Amino acid sequence: MFNVTRRQAFAASGGLLATLLAPQRFALAAAGNTLNIAYNLPLPSFDPDVGPSSVNPTIQAMYRSIFDQYIGQKPNLAFEPGLLTAWGWNDDKTKVWMDVRENVVWHDGTPFTPEDVIWSIQREAKPDGGNPVSFIWAGIDSFKVDGKRITADVKQYDPVIFKWMAFLTGYVLPKAYFEKVGPQGFEKAPIGTGPYMVDAYEGNAYLRLKANPKYWGGKPAFETVVFKFVPDATSRVAEIESGSSDITLEVPYEEYDRLKGKAGLQGVCTPISDIAQIFITNGGVMDDKNVRLAMCHAVDKEAIVKRLLRGYGVPIATLEAPEYAAFDPSIKVAYDPALAAKLLAASGYSKEKPVKFTIQTTRGFKPKDYETVQAIVGMWRNVGIEANIEIYEIAKHFELRMTHKLAPAAFYNWGNAIGDPTTSTGFAMFSKSPHSAWHSDDLDAKIGPLWGEKDEAKRIQGWKDVDRYIAEQGYILPLLQYAQPILYKSDLKVIPNISGALQPASLVSKA
Amino acid sequence: MLLAIVVNRLAMALVTLAGVAVVVFVLLRVVPGDPVAMMISPGAGPADIAALKAHYGLDAPLLTQFWIWIKGVVTGDFGISITLHVYVTEVLASRLPATIELAVLALIVAVILGGGIAVAGTLMRRTVGEAAIDGLNSILLAVPDFIWALALVLIFAVALPVLPLTGRIDPALAQGFATKFYLAESIITFRFAVAGNIASHMAMPTLALALPLAAVIVRLLKQSLKEAMVQDYVLLARIKGFRELHLVLQEALRNAVGPTLALTGVQFTFLIGGTVIVERIFAYPGIGNLAIDAVINRDFPLIQGLVLLFGLIFILINIGVDLTVATLNPRLRHA
Repeated sequence: MFNVTRRQAFAASGGLLATLLAPQRFALAAAGNTLNIAYNLPLPSFDPDVGPSSVNPTIQAMYRSIFDQYIGQKPNLAFEPGLLTAWGWNDDKTKVWMDVRENVVWHDGTPFTPEDVIWSIQREAKPDGGNPVSFIWAGIDSFKVDGKRITADVKQYDPVIFKWMAFLTGYVLPKAYFEKVGPQGFEKAPIGTGPYMVDAYEGNAYLRLKANPKYWGGKPAFETVVFKFVPDATSRVAEIESGSSDITLEVPYEEYDRLKGKAGLQGVCTPISDIAQIFITNGGVMDDKNVRLAMCHAVDKEAIVKRLLRGYGVPIATLEAPEYAAFDPSIKVAYDPALAAKLLAASGYSKEKPVKFTIQTTRGFKPKDYETVQAIVGMWRNVGIEANIEIYEIAKHFELRMTHKLAPAAFYNWGNAIGDPTTSTGFAMFSKSPHSAWHSDDLDAKIGPLWGEKDEAKRIQGWKDVDRYIAEQGYILPLLQYAQPILYKSDLKVIPNISGALQPASLVSKA
Repeated sequence: MLLAIVVNRLAMALVTLAGVAVVVFVLLRVVPGDPVAMMISPGAGPADIAALKAHYGLDAPLLTQFWIWIKGVVTGDFGISITLHVYVTEVLASRLPATIELAVLALIVAVILGGGIAVAGTLMRRTVGEAAIDGLNSILLAVPDFIWALALVLIFAVALPVLPLTGRIDPALAQGFATKFYLAESIITFRFAVAGNIASHMAMPTLALALPLAAVIVRLLKQSLKEAMVQDYVLLARIKGFRELHLVLQEALRNAVGPTLALTGVQFTFLIGGTVIVERIFAYPGIGNLAIDAVINRDFPLIQGLVLLFGLIFILINIGVDLTVATLNPRLRHA
């Protein structure tokens, strides 16, 4: 038995307290070659091709640190070689070809091969394999390898398949290793070809990565990167303000403004590929074009950006943000409350006899989402629209949208990191998509032919025409493009990424 | 007699857990929010949605799904987490120790703090000191754990940055553990620097959880002590010339502690519930933090496993409290 005197116990307690309060503790967190990121979401799974996390845009920065995509993407959304150095279709677009990068090794030192690419695509394409976008990958099959070139038959032409190779679930995994360890084994010891290797991981706490010395793109700037999973925005603010983390993102705009000028810190807040919109579901009063257009013309988006989002955001007139391929600046939906009132009057509505419906929104899911809807409801009230606000969870939104049971108006945000019109206007407005709210034959007739359009210029112009038609009909109310606030220590250099993915390997360096 | 109590309570626990299993299973499927709806891509068609539902076993009739799940539960297989891609039992086993360490530490702090303040308040009864303690305790009672958490963040992580804000341990030190009980293991293996690091990470969440419980203990124990202090046996001891501190600790406390112990047990279950928010704020990797993500992602197998685990914890705590109270109180032991 231990015999501990009161004096010894007191001394031990003092020692523990001293250890607790020792200032050198932070030296571990802010060491020169270590980058600590207070990240806004945890990484649930290491499989970037299967399950819910594979289609969560927010965690792609972590996946891109460990794995490589078939095709890379620059911060301005332009595409660049990844594990494929070149790619394309044959002339009649019945085949695709892909040149595989040479001299690449997996984190375990084994060579990366074309078979890894083929196996990854086939795994992603399995309809029962758990890949949420398997239909994209199922568009090509019958792969053949000739040296470093892979060719495949096009089963169903999809003009954006190569863009998807830089997007959600477009990651190459190690065939031999995965087959050897299985899905569960891969979760415990994942390997990729990316710039960082997994060093340690504790769910809901952190992911520690160490630099891959054999990375084909060159050794990254930091030897160690720690993603601290800090979903609470207040805690992220405290992390950066206290110096415990070197960089953080998605903090409230008020805190961003307060801290960006603080000694030792700086910030950048630029538009990203996420937009806010109000879905309009057809049926009832929404079948009245005057009501829909009045809803659109009555909203002062500039005021919302300026007053609610402190100027961080860009008002939009269509579902295409300025960085998207089909953005057309000539399409405008003016803020014109007088016109809105006139349109409503034509349908027999006024401030005294308002048109009534429900608008659904999340609260706290996106910056100022509820407040934005409150402001919009106030603007609508001024022209003769009385909307009742219903708050719901994002999970409920997804289910209601999938079953076409959303309220007549529903606030939502939409990400489109590849900037293609199919993944914005297309999926949001085509009635066959489970994520569309407005279902009408006239719109489907315009969208339908564009899915398989092989002439790229014609395809993009077609989507611009669709966007113009949607604006004229008021089938949806696009609101604004979000800006992403990033705060970081002054001795760092950060390149903002329009996709919103804060990838430490390529976007963060020492100043 | 104690054995009979244990057997009886365990039998009731099984019935309770079976009820919890049914309720959570049905509730999850009744309330809006479908895990497949959360992950399907905008371009997915009905066939793609059906394939995903089949992949996660959500396409079968409800009764079949329940039967498959409950059969697994009986054999210790809670299924595979939809979001984490690993066995639910494995996840729970790896996260539970973190929450146990946090909750137990918070309980210890609450008991020491609450007990100490209650004794001090009893010693200072009918003085300004007692009024000050009552006033302070009212504040402690009124402020919930998550507010304490935010206040502690502001004080000890921002204004006076002496404590690390998030996580359970410095990632650079999180190596070489044989178990997931990091704090206990590092102390047992004499790795005091590591233990200090872990304790510093746990300091704020522990305090946030402990302060409200400490307040409850203060209020109840102080009242019980005040009542005990006017009993005959205390009066006799006073006449014998014992000091006031002796009267409180040696004479009154033993008889006053029973009700406090019972209530502390009940409050401890609330403390466990409080870990959900507090763990989130401090990015502490326990089952509370895990529960929030599971609910956000509608990870049915994980939510079901977590609810059953929380249920089991609450039941075990209550059994533990009952046994302790019965042990301490001979009238109950022989009833």
